[in-house]
Amino acid sequence: MNMIVCIKQVMDPETPPASFKIDPQTNKVIPPPGIAPVPDPYSEYALEAALRLKAENSGKITAISLGNDLLRDVVKKSLAMGADELILLEDEAFAGGDSCSTAIALAAAIKKIGEYDIVFCGRQAADWGASQVGSGIAELLGLPCLTLAQKVEATDGKAKVEVVTDDGYEVVETTLPAVITVSNELGEVRYPNIKGILKAKKKEPIIWKPADIGLEASEVGAAGRCTKLVKLFQPVREGEAEIISGDTPEEAAVNLALKLREIKLI
Amino acid sequence: MAESSGVMAYAEASKDKLTTTTRELLGIGRNLANELGEPLCAVLAGDGVSSLADEAISLGADRVYVIDDPLLKEYLSDSFTPVMERLAAEVSPRIILLGQTDAGRDLAPRLAFRLKTAATLDCVDLTIDAASKRLQATRPVYGGNALATFTTETDPQIVTIRVKAFSAATADASRKGEVIKAEAGLEPAAVRTKVLDRIVEEVEGLKLEDAAVVVSGGRGIGGAEGFKQLEELAHLLKGALGASRPPCDNGWVSELLQIGITGKIIAPDLYLAVALSGSSQHLSGCSGSKNIVAINKDPEANIFQAATYGVVGDWKKVVPALTEKIRELTSG
Repeated sequence: MNMIVCIKQVMDPETPPASFKIDPQTNKVIPPPGIAPVPDPYSEYALEAALRLKAENSGKITAISLGNDLLRDVVKKSLAMGADELILLEDEAFAGGDSCSTAIALAAAIKKIGEYDIVFCGRQAADWGASQVGSGIAELLGLPCLTLAQKVEATDGKAKVEVVTDDGYEVVETTLPAVITVSNELGEVRYPNIKGILKAKKKEPIIWKPADIGLEASEVGAAGRCTKLVKLFQPVREGEAEIISGDTPEEAAVNLALKLREIKLI
Repeated sequence: MAESSGVMAYAEASKDKLTTTTRELLGIGRNLANELGEPLCAVLAGDGVSSLADEAISLGADRVYVIDDPLLKEYLSDSFTPVMERLAAEVSPRIILLGQTDAGRDLAPRLAFRLKTAATLDCVDLTIDAASKRLQATRPVYGGNALATFTTETDPQIVTIRVKAFSAATADASRKGEVIKAEAGLEPAAVRTKVLDRIVEEVEGLKLEDAAVVVSGGRGIGGAEGFKQLEELAHLLKGALGASRPPCDNGWVSELLQIGITGKIIAPDLYLAVALSGSSQHLSGCSGSKNIVAINKDPEANIFQAATYGVVGDWKKVVPALTEKIRELTSG
């Protein structure tokens, strides 16, 4: 079973809200000082799904990350967790893309890799969260796509996938090859072990530029966008809460109940 | 392709009625269509959906395209994408609106790539730019830390709307409209996926999305036992129980109770947030609440930024006393 996992490098989503700042001139997020980027947590669920399948069926996992200024410590975590190969679509031209130009580049790279049964992506990324790259890759490669998987089994050219729904889940069967996007309901993601970390240290990623995947610089990254970002801004939160106090926590609780009664909420 | 015109809303039904999200779609769809001076049409695609066309008209649609086909009994992107592709080519709408639902969030990007245009998902604000007549679509990004407004230059401009972010259309039975039957034109062989089973997980009590009062707990609750106390308070207030992500990830409560960007989006009259820090990703799911009341022992917790009222204190002391007092106040 050959699997490809798309893994994005993102600003740490655990960044405290107070450190989250926007530069209104450039419509960009200012990288929070002292907080390093991380592999997108949703991408890691995608990798975990692939690793679980590999444990059952054997096979090969190729991780792909796209961007500019990809930190080796961040992107190599996929190798440390158990991916066999790492391909970086790394070039200035890949920067500033949207789901459209990102899917175009990833689909071209996947085509070049050639042999694959399943392409895994996260359900969305923790930064822009557009939630479209997986579906886009499927459309561009003419593959079926199942979104929001919480469990994946694969046998004999087919996959049986549990897909999260609003009130439970569906069990959906798909022919392979297919694209599957993975949700956090998959469950815990493994930590790299020492052996994996050492292996990752020694392994160098393969780097592809736009020309390597048969694309012009104008088709990828910011130049290839289908959407234009008009404005990026922070929501206005309505000031401070009115703190209901009391001499003891119990008394404060009683005062809160009385307040809720007074304003007819209870 | 003919020049695009009009707004198309992808309607969804549940138990022989249009869903609340569909009423919200028709509400914003009508506003956008009026602003453009162009018609609003609704699409009803499914098995046995013909009877809902009148309801869509009463809610503001000028035209309803009905695609009634047994092959569309359940949603699959492989079957619904070509159906919508065909209809979009025939009608050439300027805008296609869908709900951020199980079907909508899957279909919108598929359709956008198929039609070589772009989609913007989970929008909380939609306006027409007066000069360009283009749609400006605003959605939360960075886990709710920021909002971003996007435009696209290609038609149709496809967007999904966040549930409960727009006002629902009110029905007017005297409204007139046209019903047009369209063919699905589906090749069964083109559908490569198949639903084998559908599991509905029953959540006890009131549905979270419909509750006027929600009592919700976070990481600080510490375990399943603590949620029993919150559930008791929720019962007392005739409300529903919710949670932020950590309790769901830890298995203290069902995943279905998760409120936030990857969970449920709610807008109750009273949201009681207990021992949860108020991450942006969580607030994004409950910021539509009319009143947020926070109970947290950390006075610096982010939840106090979003709350109307707060109590700084240990929930283990506050919640029992609050429950007792509320019982006393509401029993008489």
